[in-house]
Amino acid sequence: MSARISTKQRMQITRQAMPEQDAAARAANFLEVNLGLPERLALLEADRCLQCKDPRCMNGCPVGVNIPKFLDLLTAGKLAEAAQSLLCDNALPAVTGRVCPQETQCEAVCVRAAKGLPVGVGYLERYVADWAREHRDQLPQVKPQPTGKKVAIVGSGPAGLTAAGELAKLGHDVTIYEALHKAGGVLVYGIPEFRLPKKIVAQEVERLQEAGVKIECNVVIGRTYTIPELQKNFDAIFIANGAGLPVFMNVPGENFKGVYSANEYLTRINLMAAYDFPRSDTPVLNGQRVAVVGGGNVAMDAVRTAKRLGATEAMIVYRRTHDELPARAEEVHHAEQEGIEFEFLTAPIEVIGNDKRWVTGMKCQKMKLGEPDSSGRRRPEVIPGSEFVLDCDVVVVAIGTKSNPLLTATCPDLKLNKWGNIVADENGATSLPGVFAGGDIVRGAATVILAMGDGKKSAQAMDKYLATLAK
Amino acid sequence: MHQILAKQTLSPNVTRLDVHAPRIAQIRQAGQFVIVHRAENSERIPLTIADSNPETGAVTLVIQAVGKSTNELVALNVGDSIRDVAGPLGHPTEMISSGHALCIGGGVGTAVVHPIAQGLQQNGVRVTSVIGGRSKEWVIFENELKRYGNVVVCTDDGSYGRKGFVTDAAKEILTNEKVDIVYAVGPVPMMRAVANLTRGFGVHTIVSLNPVMIDGTGMCGGCRVSLGNEIKFACVDGPEFDGHKVNFDELQDRLGTYREFEEKSLACDAENCRLEKQLSQKS
Repeated sequence: MSARISTKQRMQITRQAMPEQDAAARAANFLEVNLGLPERLALLEADRCLQCKDPRCMNGCPVGVNIPKFLDLLTAGKLAEAAQSLLCDNALPAVTGRVCPQETQCEAVCVRAAKGLPVGVGYLERYVADWAREHRDQLPQVKPQPTGKKVAIVGSGPAGLTAAGELAKLGHDVTIYEALHKAGGVLVYGIPEFRLPKKIVAQEVERLQEAGVKIECNVVIGRTYTIPELQKNFDAIFIANGAGLPVFMNVPGENFKGVYSANEYLTRINLMAAYDFPRSDTPVLNGQRVAVVGGGNVAMDAVRTAKRLGATEAMIVYRRTHDELPARAEEVHHAEQEGIEFEFLTAPIEVIGNDKRWVTGMKCQKMKLGEPDSSGRRRPEVIPGSEFVLDCDVVVVAIGTKSNPLLTATCPDLKLNKWGNIVADENGATSLPGVFAGGDIVRGAATVILAMGDGKKSAQAMDKYLATLAK
Repeated sequence: MHQILAKQTLSPNVTRLDVHAPRIAQIRQAGQFVIVHRAENSERIPLTIADSNPETGAVTLVIQAVGKSTNELVALNVGDSIRDVAGPLGHPTEMISSGHALCIGGGVGTAVVHPIAQGLQQNGVRVTSVIGGRSKEWVIFENELKRYGNVVVCTDDGSYGRKGFVTDAAKEILTNEKVDIVYAVGPVPMMRAVANLTRGFGVHTIVSLNPVMIDGTGMCGGCRVSLGNEIKFACVDGPEFDGHKVNFDELQDRLGTYREFEEKSLACDAENCRLEKQLSQKS
């Protein structure tokens, strides 16, 4: 740590705000909301880090990024080294710098959060990662010694890409199988352009390909090949095929025209570019009053997308209150700025349609919060006689997903839990030797960074496993 | 990229494309489908596999040109390529291993009946096919189906075979012969009519559904169909279902979700839009 600046001076610097696109303007476009810190502000923000001897932030990070180290290199003006340090710990920093819930992870445990605001780790991760994207030639290309071991990865989402990066770095021959026609998983079909530009995902994927990772799209494991078939051709397998099937509300009227799962709504718009219809061939119903049911990140993505597609009213319908919203704080804040409406303590009980079976509204009931349930959140309870009709012409159901049986049904020896998720230990090891799993197929629906943490831990465990195999 | 190996016009707007997809050609089974994505800006559409040749790696798709995506597919020529073909998807057909099967195909659905009849015949099942079209030129796959059993052809105008609907011919067969199972593939009204007919005879009836679909792997739920009180996803639970349970009214209704958009999409085929698209692809 340099003596350039004293701890007292560091303490005096206030947290730098992320420059954003104007709320009114961005509610009508798909360009990124956060613009990124300029150099001067990034360096100021990095100087706020106290370079703790025993940094807690690292423990708060699911992939264990050495945060003080890359920040110290950044403040010393050694950007290439900062980038190298960051990339060594995190395969997708330009992604996590944008979509991680830092407020519950690294920044939550930052020592500076005790008295004021934590260091903007996410902003700075993004800053360094974006520098690295634009200066790829300045980063050393380390070619590892090939081990001769072949690894198959199922799914090119955050868990799969992270595992691929780690395993390729260790010299293994990695092939990713992706079911869709484009690599990235939820990063391309789920998370909207205004939060994570597709170009960035494409560049991160390219970087992995340059490191030797092979990606085969349009291969559906469970159909095109099964896990037992892959076992014949690969020394180890990492399954990260994602969350799977959307959950619906199971209320009358849910199959009227105008009801989407969040997966379908977002896939049409993100992966298939329906916002660009008719230049792109895939359409989406652009409702005037769009009701999104749910309170997580996916719900926020869907409702903010609806607003950008021209909805005069885009609303979140959530059965608890603002304080219980599971979404990242920044997404909720951005949604509020963009004029998203929130119908709290409201639960739909029926979708209403006209005689042509187009959605015209949702019959809802009001809720109140009761005693805390097993998740620690206060349980919503129905207020009798509180039924009312919420007018809307598009409904997006964003209440979660359940495991997809395609892969697991064709691999009967793989142990599953009662929800159909793959059972894996803390290193991703499954009931089958050499077969590891991570991300949403193990956890149920979680976050990008938790999936990446699984990818990283599993890759390390797979490396150990591969070392035990005869050459 | 998947090259077009052969192309044949079967009826005024029905085209057969043999597409190079060796893995799929090798392992596909009757009743399964592929998702086809012609080019970067195209839709992903499900197409049921009509046949395949494991030696040449060809997968046979029979396509009725109805909207923009299907029109663009049938405009492809031998040597052209399709960007993405994923599969084989869906469950294989539930086959019987003895007895008498009645296979009913309407229009382009006749092509989907082909691998089912083929599989049944290989199982030693006696196969009777009833196929139909508006008029003679719309009847497809007659010769192929003849290899697996007796074929009754019906045309709406009587220009070929019997005059009338496939349900008329099917009713006669169901009345006069013992039928153990019925397979019906065609337009929704035809499948509904067949299901209503066979319900009266108490014969198990399987239909192959083709709802709106995006990924084809269970992820989007757009292809959901109602079977009694149950919701099923055609891509992972189907595409074949018990015809006596399917809510055909809902299926037909949901198929109309994007009708207005289809017109806009076709209109966008005008020259200026084509130019705009080329420019946007370059930039």
